[in-house]
Amino acid sequence: MNQNTNSDNGLLLNVENLKTYFAVKKGLLRRTVGYIKAVDGVSFSVRKGQTLGLVGESGCGKTTAARTIIRLIPATSGSVTFGGLDVLKADKKQLRSLRRRITIVFQDPYSSLNPRMTVGDIVGESLRVQKKLSRSRVTEQVNETLERVGLSREHVNRYPHEFSGGQRQRIGVARALVLRPELVICDEPVSALDVSIQSQILNLLKDLQDDFGLTFLFIAHDLAVVEFFCDVIAVMYLGKIVERADREEIYRNPLHPYTRALMSVIPKVDTQRRGQRTATGGEVPSALNPPDGCPFHPRCPLAEDICRRQMPAFEQKGGISDHFVACWKC
Amino acid sequence: MNNGTLLAVDNLSVHFFTEDGLAKAVQGVSFAIQEGKTFALVGESGCGKSVTALSIMRLVPDPPGKIVSGRMKFKDENILDLTEKQMRQIRGNQIAMIFQEPMTSLNPVFTVGDQIAEAIKLHQKKDSEQAWADSVEMLKGVGIGDAERRVYEYPHQMSGGMRQRVMIAMAVSCQPDLIIADEPTTALDVTIQAQILDLLDELQRQNGMSVLLITHDLGVVAERADDVAVMYASRIAEKAEAKSLFQNPLHPYTQGLLKSVPQLGFEGERLATIPGIVPDPLHFPSGCKFHPRCPVGGKDKRCQMVEPELREAQTGRHVACWYAPGYETKQEREEYESKYKQ
Repeated sequence: MNQNTNSDNGLLLNVENLKTYFAVKKGLLRRTVGYIKAVDGVSFSVRKGQTLGLVGESGCGKTTAARTIIRLIPATSGSVTFGGLDVLKADKKQLRSLRRRITIVFQDPYSSLNPRMTVGDIVGESLRVQKKLSRSRVTEQVNETLERVGLSREHVNRYPHEFSGGQRQRIGVARALVLRPELVICDEPVSALDVSIQSQILNLLKDLQDDFGLTFLFIAHDLAVVEFFCDVIAVMYLGKIVERADREEIYRNPLHPYTRALMSVIPKVDTQRRGQRTATGGEVPSALNPPDGCPFHPRCPLAEDICRRQMPAFEQKGGISDHFVACWKC
Repeated sequence: MNNGTLLAVDNLSVHFFTEDGLAKAVQGVSFAIQEGKTFALVGESGCGKSVTALSIMRLVPDPPGKIVSGRMKFKDENILDLTEKQMRQIRGNQIAMIFQEPMTSLNPVFTVGDQIAEAIKLHQKKDSEQAWADSVEMLKGVGIGDAERRVYEYPHQMSGGMRQRVMIAMAVSCQPDLIIADEPTTALDVTIQAQILDLLDELQRQNGMSVLLITHDLGVVAERADDVAVMYASRIAEKAEAKSLFQNPLHPYTQGLLKSVPQLGFEGERLATIPGIVPDPLHFPSGCKFHPRCPVGGKDKRCQMVEPELREAQTGRHVACWYAPGYETKQEREEYESKYKQ
């Protein structure tokens, strides 16, 4: 395994062969009867100032991967390097500083804000805990951050229920940004919002990225949103990355049948395109009992014998150095 | 397939008398669903689209809700005049509903077979054995493999897509004339979403039923609906045939919505947005409810004070906006010039 200790080549986050398994226990003695391989050998890296999009359907392991990276969930094996720090081996003190440098914006702006805390407390809590700032300094920084996300300082003493979904998500963004992190993990930040509000939040995140030089790990299931937002895109299926490439490349030349399926099922706001879309049959198999060989083969229109027997390697394909695919047939 | 009107909703208004005040959830909504066609009701959360659907089923929780005015002609009867007993003959039998959340709308303590058979027994006077055999057939019909075994399963043993298929099997089990699908695919993954919509299309072709599709997803509407009504803050803002609405939206809200949906192949640094927030039914703005967010008439005195009604501005194009081409009468124009324009 290559040691990626210097962050000077522009790499902020490097994940290699990350595995997160959950033990399945049964019976009186809680014996381990199997493992759910939620994340099964995932590798990617994110450059400073870039956005990596992690795309896939529910249960594909995208959220688990993100949570493992900041050690909210223990990893089974692999390595995570963040700005020179070996995250999976970090001690308590290092972890504490890590959580100042990596923050999260959650999907659901309703359940991710404590209803008993005021907006000022929600946004300011991490400042008090992490930076031990005085009350007046906290207030100052909270006000400034709220204004940056399109709220005003009058909102400080209000409670989350007084806000609409879009405004709550702005509070969530403010909470993630108040520590001035280097990496922000956005876990489906707009999928719970109304259409007219989604684009407001996406524009806001983009503006903040430019202003603060933020790096994003962006988790989503909507390829159209990801195309707007991300520089590099990794498509996950059943715990594995099946395709990874730069935005232009993956949308111009999607290679993996699953990526193609995901792209074809996005409904277009265009009545002319009716009937030009084919649904992929079948469902995502259970991670407890994944199929042999390539995990996509039961749903794949191209599947052959070898696909059923052996997992394809994640290799460079398509003639472009940064385009990687795990597929026997492309 | 003839094109008679199956359901005509006329001037429907639904109010909720809440502790915080009166919420006029639906105001003066009118539309018609043709036989065998799909009618889509589109809008953001709180616009009144689901309440409209519940009113058709007469399922608005009362109190606090109340249908305060309107007529709903289904075939030859006004739904609002029926007794509760008559209504039970229609509900699930002639009009069936598919809900958004297949996890919570199936009963967790009965097998899916029991739940489908219940509707069949109730409405079709069949004995248990026949009803059970029918439910196996229904499960096969909605594309559930190994139906003979799965009919004995409980909802928790199935995936989200499977459960939605079970919901659809229940809904079509009595061959209804109208299916109301309230955000049928919102809770599902994208690849499963397409499967479910295909299934609904196929069943519609087979049975010739009409579908009232309630959704916030304009992509789904563009691909599936014949006619569309866009709702905003309790009223219909625009109503037309799907093709003409997507080609040439007349209401600034529809225009804004269409522009703000991220599309594949989008190039540019920023998405178009509609500024501001969706208004809360307890505190609707005066005049046109869209005026605080409107790029066209936001500063216009008349838009701020006088609410435009829904009317046919062009042939087949109903819209509620003072600025839509063909909307104003000559008299209104003169009144505007003299009274509001400075």
